[in-house]
Amino acid sequence: MECHSLSAPDFLPLSALNETRLRRLQAIVSRAYDRVKLFRHRMEQRNLTPRDIRCLEDICKLPFTVKTDLRDTYPYGLFASEMSDVVRLHASSGTTGKPIVVGYTREDVAVWTEVVARCLAACGLQAGDILQNAYGYGLFTGGLGLHYGAEALGVTVIPISGGNSERQITVLKDFGVTAICCTPSYFLHLLDQGAQLGVDFRQLPLRVGVFGAEPWTQAMRERIEAESPIKAYDIYGLSEIIGPGVAIECAAQDGLHVFEDHFLAEIVDPETLEPLPDGSEGELVLTTLSKQAMPMIRYRTRDITALMAEPCPCGRTIRRMRRISRRSDDMLIIRGVNVFPSQIEVALLRVEGTLPHYQIVLTRESDLDQVEVQVEVTPEVFSDEVRALEELQRKLVHSIETITGIRAAIRLVAPKTIPRSEGKAKRVIDKRKL
Amino acid sequence: MKIHQLSVFLENKPGRLRAACAELAARGLSIVTLSLADTEQFGILRLIVEDWQTAQAALEKAGYVVKVNEVLAIEVDDKPGGLARILDTASGAALNIEYMYAFAENRGGKAVLVFRFEDPDAALRVLKKGGINVLENVTLFRLT
Repeated sequence: MECHSLSAPDFLPLSALNETRLRRLQAIVSRAYDRVKLFRHRMEQRNLTPRDIRCLEDICKLPFTVKTDLRDTYPYGLFASEMSDVVRLHASSGTTGKPIVVGYTREDVAVWTEVVARCLAACGLQAGDILQNAYGYGLFTGGLGLHYGAEALGVTVIPISGGNSERQITVLKDFGVTAICCTPSYFLHLLDQGAQLGVDFRQLPLRVGVFGAEPWTQAMRERIEAESPIKAYDIYGLSEIIGPGVAIECAAQDGLHVFEDHFLAEIVDPETLEPLPDGSEGELVLTTLSKQAMPMIRYRTRDITALMAEPCPCGRTIRRMRRISRRSDDMLIIRGVNVFPSQIEVALLRVEGTLPHYQIVLTRESDLDQVEVQVEVTPEVFSDEVRALEELQRKLVHSIETITGIRAAIRLVAPKTIPRSEGKAKRVIDKRKL
Repeated sequence: MKIHQLSVFLENKPGRLRAACAELAARGLSIVTLSLADTEQFGILRLIVEDWQTAQAALEKAGYVVKVNEVLAIEVDDKPGGLARILDTASGAALNIEYMYAFAENRGGKAVLVFRFEDPDAALRVLKKGGINVLENVTLFRLT
């Protein structure tokens, strides 16, 4: 496979890769120790100094960082650079309380640009491709992150940002767009809008979709690839680490390669926090190996995955992680049972064959959790007979119960009545007063 | 002769039936007859409209889920035993009736009922053989 020179680190021999990683880990731990009060304090509590990091495995001695650390030190408490060296700030929207703020030096922006370029190269993009960047531009890292990486690779970027679906479709149709990036649920929304406007995506020159910023399923990928000429790639990243560009699927579409020369990935048991071996499922913990403005040491992502050490057919030596199917904080506790929205999705899919739009509504009546799954009726399952629809409801209830152990009520609702967000799909409405 | 019936999914909420009918009214489409099957949560509106293709397209464009089924419009003597005769013929041939509903108007001592058989083709053969008048589309719509 021909590869862009930017992608060379993806194919480093393991020994060279590990040498780079250890050198960078030692430097970043020293930097954080010298410049970040919270980190230094936690190291001192453990009687640790940066000199205790002698090999890569020593990372497990280090304290974890969690999202609330960013909130508690809002806005700049975890910065390791002077403001005069910080050239960019981004912030998460923060649905509860304060947003979190992240900063980048010029070198950090260069690393971010490099890893995003390596992502897009792994998806087969190159100079000559035209990328419609429908991630939001602004404080969200998605828009600008993809923008700089794509330009560095020589791809033509259309900085259309998110929203305004009709304009998105016009541009897709008229500008010879060959690739698009956005959240997968937004692309499904565009497919629906396209169908209403009489635009058949299968007739467009589109060939690559880079989708991320929310967990998505194989079922969504199959729908995207059936209803458009796109090969759909999963991109992974988070603002706390750098933004998009931490990991990407290659042509094999079997796991996401983590750019291990810049990000050190571990899997830990989310309960005991003990490190788990390759292949075991657990919480992904990431350490930034080169970030200057805001080094993150052992950041708990809350994303549940497993690392795959087996060689990949694409030849990349950097390890893969399994697609993120769920987040440890997505987990719903319903009548004491752990339920993930992705399980509900699988249950609906088994009955209907394709995934309908749905929403999970949680309420509490006389101290008992009630779950209602609202499911939009599709032409495929609709019948003129009441008993056929009641049978469908029964099958859905049964399927959800089989998979989750929870008995949910099913409410069939009219098409297009569940709100479509232009960004991340809101799958759960929790009205319980806890 | 089979005729086309449209079925429309409606949530069981105030104003939903009106909104669906308004889509047809806006295009000057007249509803020949209808029936509404409902549960606590949802209803199924079944409609007979002469220009069913236009009606279907209009409803789908407005976002409704629409299903087309074949039904039979059967003339029944409007007197005791009129319906029983049809049902005898149907049950004699083990024809399964999913549901049925009536046309509002009566013509010359005859009522017209809409039957949704599980197997409309088999029903048509049996009823015709039994001397029961299954209305042609044209005849049916001239009635209104």
